[in-house]
Amino acid sequence: MPLATLPSLTPALPEIFLAIAAMLLLMLGVFSSEENNTRMVSYASVLVLIVAIPFIGLVTEGRSVTFGGAFVTDTFAVYIKALVLVSAATVIIMSKDYLKTQGIERFEFPVLIVLATLGMMMMISANDLIALYLGLELQSLSLYVIASFQRDSARSAEAGLKYFVLGALASGLLLYGMSMIYGFAGTTSFDTLARIFHDSHNHISVGVVVGIVFMLAGLAFKVSAVPFHMWTPDVYEGAPTPVTALFAVAPKIAAMGLFIRVMIGPFGELGAQWQQIIIFISVASMLLGAFAAINQTNIKRLMAYSSIGHMGYALIGLAVAGAAGDAALRADGVESMLIYLGIYMVVNIGTFACILLMKRDGRMVEGIDDLVGLSKSNPALAMILSIFMFSMAGIPPLAGFLGKLYVFQAAIQVELYALAIIGVLASVVGAYYYIRIIKVMYFDDPVDELDRGISLEMKTILVVTGVVIIFFVFYPAPLLTGAESAAAALFHE
Amino acid sequence: MIIQGLAFYLFAAITVAAGVLVISARNPVHSVLFLILAFFNSAGLFVLMGAEFLAMILVVVYVGAVAVLFMFVVMMLDISQAEMRAGFLQYLPLGAMIGFILVMELGIIGGSWVIADNVDKNFVAPIAAVKTTNTEALGNILYTHYIYYFQAAGMILLVAMIGAIVLTHRKRLGVRKQNIGDQVSRHPSDTLEIKKVSSGSGV
Repeated sequence: MPLATLPSLTPALPEIFLAIAAMLLLMLGVFSSEENNTRMVSYASVLVLIVAIPFIGLVTEGRSVTFGGAFVTDTFAVYIKALVLVSAATVIIMSKDYLKTQGIERFEFPVLIVLATLGMMMMISANDLIALYLGLELQSLSLYVIASFQRDSARSAEAGLKYFVLGALASGLLLYGMSMIYGFAGTTSFDTLARIFHDSHNHISVGVVVGIVFMLAGLAFKVSAVPFHMWTPDVYEGAPTPVTALFAVAPKIAAMGLFIRVMIGPFGELGAQWQQIIIFISVASMLLGAFAAINQTNIKRLMAYSSIGHMGYALIGLAVAGAAGDAALRADGVESMLIYLGIYMVVNIGTFACILLMKRDGRMVEGIDDLVGLSKSNPALAMILSIFMFSMAGIPPLAGFLGKLYVFQAAIQVELYALAIIGVLASVVGAYYYIRIIKVMYFDDPVDELDRGISLEMKTILVVTGVVIIFFVFYPAPLLTGAESAAAALFHE
Repeated sequence: MIIQGLAFYLFAAITVAAGVLVISARNPVHSVLFLILAFFNSAGLFVLMGAEFLAMILVVVYVGAVAVLFMFVVMMLDISQAEMRAGFLQYLPLGAMIGFILVMELGIIGGSWVIADNVDKNFVAPIAAVKTTNTEALGNILYTHYIYYFQAAGMILLVAMIGAIVLTHRKRLGVRKQNIGDQVSRHPSDTLEIKKVSSGSGV
């Protein structure tokens, strides 16, 4: 028996680093004194996540594949991983005060976030169905646990359980689809699958199409796109607020990255088979996100519907990438989607930072009514929250407007006019509930004031996200070039 | 050949029958026992396919660990069968319809199943022509080609362990726990006091 050679570890360096760091952090938490180990592990986790960012930058020279083709890194992976790492680190910083006031200050929280981030990075870099599944499960399992982290609260436990049961169902759908694709092709490798579908795209069996549909259903669940969105409002409302903030950004961006990679990579030749499904999911998500949010009174539920809607807009980009024809136009679709996700991340982190500051007499409040009169009691916070709301509604010249503009532009280039028109109409409806929050803050009579104190970390997060949202229009270059090279990496032939 | 065929039909029929009995048995303990029967017969099917390692793992892991765990859970839970069966008739038509549609769809998929051309060229780890045992073949790839999956699965199990501890472990006050370090490092002089008792006076 010949000895196997050691696979090249360089492409997976950031993942290996995070895995080892997570285990060390766990040890640090277990074996240090109990008074301040949460603080220490939190700071160390943030440091680890930030140090991992240059690591992912290190390995980008074209496309490198390792572990027998199971793992791939390219500029696309680097872009999405950077977004995920930044958002996970920010969420740990934001969660510090919350955990303390809620009495759930335990060092496992940051460790689980680091492990979830590891899972996300593994799924972004997946180049094989098994690798995809393992990354997805590592991510999901960590998230189930932190959703019910506030275990004495029935709502948090309910959120975790609901997420777990429905997530297991979605995993089942995904695996069933994968088994069908494996049954057709005899391989789980994305590269081989792409070659097979490239060679034989005229006679695709029903089984493969059904397999793709099942996989789409499983992935749509993870990005909470309609009709697999049912869990989102309940889980977002029940989970502790920093966890909701994490759910709204990191896993969604990672799952979107995975969605793009799976659809463009192995199934890129089968655009005709899955494009209509993406169009349907996208339209349904945009409409549901716009209409179902109108009646919400809880701001976390509102953000849940808002994020469903945003996923709909982002999926327009994927629908564009599924169009037959010019690779450059398809790459434009992915690029617009990546820009959209970047802006989505910034504005969501900012908004959740504001939500985490909604306290009255030291207790968290989550009603939209609780924001009444914020413009008088805390004008700076009201101002910045208004900026985020205007950006989400898509009011020029804020970043959210540009994100939507790129997506609609890409749709029009490949003549998906209906999709663009529905998108514009849905964002008009959506503007109603975003601007309602501004109206509540500025024009309604105050009842009780919210607490004022804002910690330095929160101030920094608010200022940075606010500045990015306002000044993106003047200096969009970093995000645009990043997204452009990331999208180009997927259409490498 | 004919014995193999007969064995296949025997194992297959018992597996399916046991599967039906799992969901129709009135007593949950009986359900678990039928599940064990189904596992054993599936193991027999694996042996027929020449996958003896999987067969043994199925018996060891599923019968030995999972089913016994189920048994404990079932015995600890107070499941009222009558309550679970309430509304059975009410949901029967809808359930039967969905089941029928699913079976039809599966039939269509299975009937029109196509396998890609030259599928044997796509295998990641084809079994070598030289006769090896299952265990050897799996062992050869599990820690080499599949090291990434192996390690990733390890991370998932780590998260499961952390999760179980985070969600269930509580610090209780007033519980005396054994601390082996303390016990071992105890010195006789900490606990023993030697007194000279002068004779005739008592302690």
